[in-house]
Amino acid sequence: MLESDFQKKNRFFLNMGPQHPSTHGVLLIVLEMSGEYVLDPQPVLGFIHRMHEKMAESRPCQSFMPNTARMDYVCALPYNHGYVSLVERKAGIEVPRRAEYIRVITSELNRVASHLLWLGAYLLDLGAFTPILYGFDDREHILDILEDITGSRLTYCYYRFGGVNQDIDDKFVDSTRAFIKRLRKRFVIYEKLVTKNIIFIKRTENIGIVSPDMALRYGMTGPNLRGSGIAYDVRKNEPYSIYPEFDFEVPVGEQGDCLDRYMVRVREMEQSLRIIEQALDRLPEGPVRAKVPKNIKLSPGDCNFAVEAARGELSYYLVGDGTGVPYRLKVRVPSYSNLSCLPELGRGILLPDLVSILGSFDLVIPEMDR
Amino acid sequence: METISILPPELIRMLIAVIIIISFLFLNAIMMGYLERKIAAHVQRRPGPMEVGFHGILQLIVDGVKLLGKELLIPFKVDRTLFRVAPLLSFTPVILPLLVIPFSEKLQARDLNLGLIFIVSMGSVNVMALLVAGWGSNNKYAMFGAMRAVAQSIAFEIPILLSMLAVVLMCNTFSLKEIVGAQEKIWFVFLQPLAFLIYVIAGVAETNRAPFDLPEAESELTAGFHTEYSGMGFSLFFIGEYTNMFIVASVAAVLFLGGWHGPHLPYGEYLGIVWFFLKVYFLLFLMIMIRWTYPRVRFDQLLNFAWKYLVPFSFVNILITAVLVKL
Repeated sequence: MLESDFQKKNRFFLNMGPQHPSTHGVLLIVLEMSGEYVLDPQPVLGFIHRMHEKMAESRPCQSFMPNTARMDYVCALPYNHGYVSLVERKAGIEVPRRAEYIRVITSELNRVASHLLWLGAYLLDLGAFTPILYGFDDREHILDILEDITGSRLTYCYYRFGGVNQDIDDKFVDSTRAFIKRLRKRFVIYEKLVTKNIIFIKRTENIGIVSPDMALRYGMTGPNLRGSGIAYDVRKNEPYSIYPEFDFEVPVGEQGDCLDRYMVRVREMEQSLRIIEQALDRLPEGPVRAKVPKNIKLSPGDCNFAVEAARGELSYYLVGDGTGVPYRLKVRVPSYSNLSCLPELGRGILLPDLVSILGSFDLVIPEMDR
Repeated sequence: METISILPPELIRMLIAVIIIISFLFLNAIMMGYLERKIAAHVQRRPGPMEVGFHGILQLIVDGVKLLGKELLIPFKVDRTLFRVAPLLSFTPVILPLLVIPFSEKLQARDLNLGLIFIVSMGSVNVMALLVAGWGSNNKYAMFGAMRAVAQSIAFEIPILLSMLAVVLMCNTFSLKEIVGAQEKIWFVFLQPLAFLIYVIAGVAETNRAPFDLPEAESELTAGFHTEYSGMGFSLFFIGEYTNMFIVASVAAVLFLGGWHGPHLPYGEYLGIVWFFLKVYFLLFLMIMIRWTYPRVRFDQLLNFAWKYLVPFSFVNILITAVLVKL
């Protein structure tokens, strides 16, 4: 099918993006095509590079906190979490247990919000208009809950070195419990509307198969890796914060197609709800912020901290030189590695399948460009 | 059958009919636009347009004025003639089929003895417009949309024709008036359920509606064949699409749902139009509900569906019908 003479002669280039409905941001993919078949997709990045890492190296480490939320604005709290934990590890700050509980609860809520947004956006890529509004409806509840305690709806700056900014109240606990109840009911609707839809299954099953070997070769992480059947989750394999105390599963797929990646995310939402429930049940009393010196000194030497963001493993790597300003900060973001397998995966497929695959990777472009 | 003799009174009659039909066509587009947005909104649990008029009922009129006021942008290096002709080409052929559709027993512009064939042939001209628009736009996405439109139209016209033929076999005429007349006792949907199902599915595909809206697949082709159109050029495609939907639904009502037949009304030969419109808008409602529920199918899946399932099934259906009619 691929290398007939006709197709060799009739190749052309198609610029998909930077403004295209299904690249979800300013991502350009240069497609070499023959008819509707994609022969060679090449992603081009860098349209919204904002030098976040350089910014981190030119100011005290506290001032970098708001920037962490601007990288992945869909799931910002794990980004906060990674950065504060990194500096705490570097500066040797102990965090009160209540603060860790609050961090886990809010991070998991944010993860559910991110997956809900992804679910809607993915179905929009496949041409179904309605699920995105259902997803937004549910996500809105999470944003309201988080807004009450963090003060912002999307780009949070809630965690602090040594704790969190503000304690949670009874209203937060009640509305979170009510939301969990509601979302479990809504999962039934999603299952009827999306998961069991024959057109949806036809558009995702056996499409974009990422073998476990290929996923490891490209350094894929998160639900994309777990969709290929490898049960790697930073929360389990490299536990941080208080995750080892909770009982949750790591859902994995079977063959690594788009449907598996979809199923992994859907099941992950349920696991996140379980973690939140357990954390709410065991929420300890106490302070939410430790005493931290005003000028944090980052000791010489390097330090790494990885967390599980909604899209995969996010790790911060910091080199200190004894002052309060990091000498070097490197952020390893999941979307960048997840996208990198596209040229291999997208060879010889149809354009609609490419859209389906791109959507199933759950890319956030500002995170890749930083 | 009557011969086509255009005498002055007949000419005037036709003129009046054309004027009524064109004005109805715009009204239908406005109504459908409003219905579509409202139904979509309620499917998605939101109120939809609420600002202009009672429950936003004047929203589409305001939108129309806005579109009229917009500049018709002609991009660089397009084929200017084709680019300008395409919207008109999509608009004209959708007016003509309405001339032969019997709205009620006496409300019909002209009863051609080959009415059904006339409608089908006009439907085929419509796809020309999409091809011309895509070709003239100098845009690869538009070109993709145009190519898909042609392939889709060819694939789905065959099952449409075959399912119509099953009805024609049963009442031995192509005249729409006589087909409706033959359904006085029982609607053909009960005698030809398979043909009706095939017709409705193929009809949705023929009007390029989701889940078969591949020529304008938004997430793949940005806007498909009308990517480059703005202002009135775009809205003519828009009106053309809604009128096309209306025609497909009204042909379904005529062929399968008994046209103007329904419980008795006073002045039935005129007021049958009420039943006719109820049936048509019921089908349109179904089409809108389908659009806002399902994802889009892939292109090759769509063509496979047409050639591997719809065409063979409609052939079988015709065969069975022919045998039963002969008996």
